[in-house]
Amino acid sequence: MGDKPLIEINDLWVTYWARSAFQLRSKPFHAVKGVSLSIKAGQTLGIVGESGSGKSSLANAVLGLVPVESGTIRFDQHELSAMKTRYPAAVRKQIQAVFQDPFSSLNPSMTVEDIISEPLRVHTKMSNDQRRDLVVELLELVSLSKDHLKRHPHEFSGGQRQRIAIASALALQPKLLVLDEPVSALDVSTQNQIINLLYERRDALGIAYMLIAHDLALVHHISDRIAVMYLGHIVEEGPADRVYKNPAHPYTKALLEAVPLLDPAKQRARRAARKAQPAYDTPRDAQVGCPYKNRCAQVLPKCQTQAPTPFSVKGGGVASCFLVADAQPTSEAL
Amino acid sequence: MLRLIGQRLIALIPLLFIVSVLTFSFTALLPGDPVDLIIGDEGTAEQYEMVRERLGMNVPIVSRYFQWLGRAAQGDLGTSFFNSVPVMDAVMQRLPVTISLTAVSALIAVIVGMAAGIAAALNPRSWIDRLATFGATLGQAIPNFWFGILLVAFFAVSLRWFPATGFTPLSTSPWEWLRSVTLPALALGLSSSAAIARQVRSAMVGVLQQDYIRAARAQGLSRRRVVFKHVLKNALIPVVAVLSFQITILLGGALIVEQVFAINGLGSLAISAVRQQDIPMIQGIVLVSVFIVVAIQLTTDMIYGFLNPKARPS
Repeated sequence: MGDKPLIEINDLWVTYWARSAFQLRSKPFHAVKGVSLSIKAGQTLGIVGESGSGKSSLANAVLGLVPVESGTIRFDQHELSAMKTRYPAAVRKQIQAVFQDPFSSLNPSMTVEDIISEPLRVHTKMSNDQRRDLVVELLELVSLSKDHLKRHPHEFSGGQRQRIAIASALALQPKLLVLDEPVSALDVSTQNQIINLLYERRDALGIAYMLIAHDLALVHHISDRIAVMYLGHIVEEGPADRVYKNPAHPYTKALLEAVPLLDPAKQRARRAARKAQPAYDTPRDAQVGCPYKNRCAQVLPKCQTQAPTPFSVKGGGVASCFLVADAQPTSEAL
Repeated sequence: MLRLIGQRLIALIPLLFIVSVLTFSFTALLPGDPVDLIIGDEGTAEQYEMVRERLGMNVPIVSRYFQWLGRAAQGDLGTSFFNSVPVMDAVMQRLPVTISLTAVSALIAVIVGMAAGIAAALNPRSWIDRLATFGATLGQAIPNFWFGILLVAFFAVSLRWFPATGFTPLSTSPWEWLRSVTLPALALGLSSSAAIARQVRSAMVGVLQQDYIRAARAQGLSRRRVVFKHVLKNALIPVVAVLSFQITILLGGALIVEQVFAINGLGSLAISAVRQQDIPMIQGIVLVSVFIVVAIQLTTDMIYGFLNPKARPS
């Protein structure tokens, strides 16, 4: 496990400059605040968090779709964040993406063949026949057939469309696949099919996944590691099983508790406990102390003034919470 | 695609039939009597009967309609009540004038409207966007005949770059044709280019927010390929729908702009025919105009089907 990571993100900031009509100066909005992550080749990092936590901004930054404010993204040997927004073709081919909504992520005026072959057309010099053969092969890989080549996206169901999007993303044999909520727009039975398909493909092709989702339970099956994002910060990161079974950060615990329990009595008790907690976010501007302090059930006096740094957690990984530090006073890491 | 064309062509038959009935019966319902106009105040009752007989107006209206329809189907729209010129010849003589005016202004509207709309959509909230939006509002608010008079005052009278009035056929001199058609086409195309610019902008902004644009960029496609292949083709779908009736509006507007520039097109022919109650002429002009509008709509439907796979019958 001592090999170098495929992608290494260090202290990444993504900032949007919002300007309204009557303002002369733009106001910064920090979507991603000092995120550091790494993914090894062939491994899967699950990134979870509620909407607005900066997951998709992080994905967009990795894909080079939004400019990076500061920090570094290193992919293989390439320093990506220094390249502003356009990556060289050599890198571009290696990172592909599948997006959330398959009803919007496929161009409605193109045929399935055009959609899957477009990255090949742009990035390779294949002959038409070679390309056609590869497209058929890719279609079969995602359990579709060559009868579908000449059809248009509106003739397919959500799950089939997502398969087409996956086939298109796999066409260039990327080393990293960014999956931005790939199943949250699908119905539950199809979700499992797509997750299983991604699982198979990863093991067969050795692709690394950056899997973004808001459902921790879904992510933990397929992930090697899980990172939990809250308001642009990574609050906890670690081996998938440890994060899922023994969450260290209060926010991770809250995320897990958002999944309803089967036992009505237990569920009722939990709901009562949740109602007792304050449920508003810290304003993003002028933030002092821990980002989670206003929603945290176990908030300490020092959380108001001091931001916790990542502390190692027993069982692997880190969590940015003083409770973790107090439990293991000697083990400050990173 | 062939099926789409076939379906549309079959749907035209009842449409054209209804239009022909309406055209014929409306002109028959016009107040006043063309015979009175022809014989004048001094006409006697015998003269009145004679003229009525000669114009074939003694025959019941239903059989007159079928006679007219039968001849119209063979390309004979009858002869003018007043100068015995075949209606078809008169219309065909004026038609190229109006068509070239409409076509050039449609071309201007498409080029200006698309360029402004694309530039505005790709730079939202920039000064380009604001200028285009302001220009589009202004363009739709200004009446075309007034804009035409301004153009004449500035470019024809003061600068003398273009002739102020008249029309040179394309076959006589392409250069003079272009000079004579530029100002009226600009005047006519103004409001349509504004309408198209608005439509292009909003359609493109909508498409740019779609995930398939994000996906195309994420796959590493060049900006130009993304804009022209992915954005524009999908954004053009609503634009083509607008274009269809913009061209129809242009055709109607041409009749007015022709008056400002003293161009002898279909407009002046129609106005004099109405003034004289020259019924065969009015019927002929209306019928030919309807044919042109239907042809334009058929063409835009075809383009629509080409751009939008969902519109094709499966």
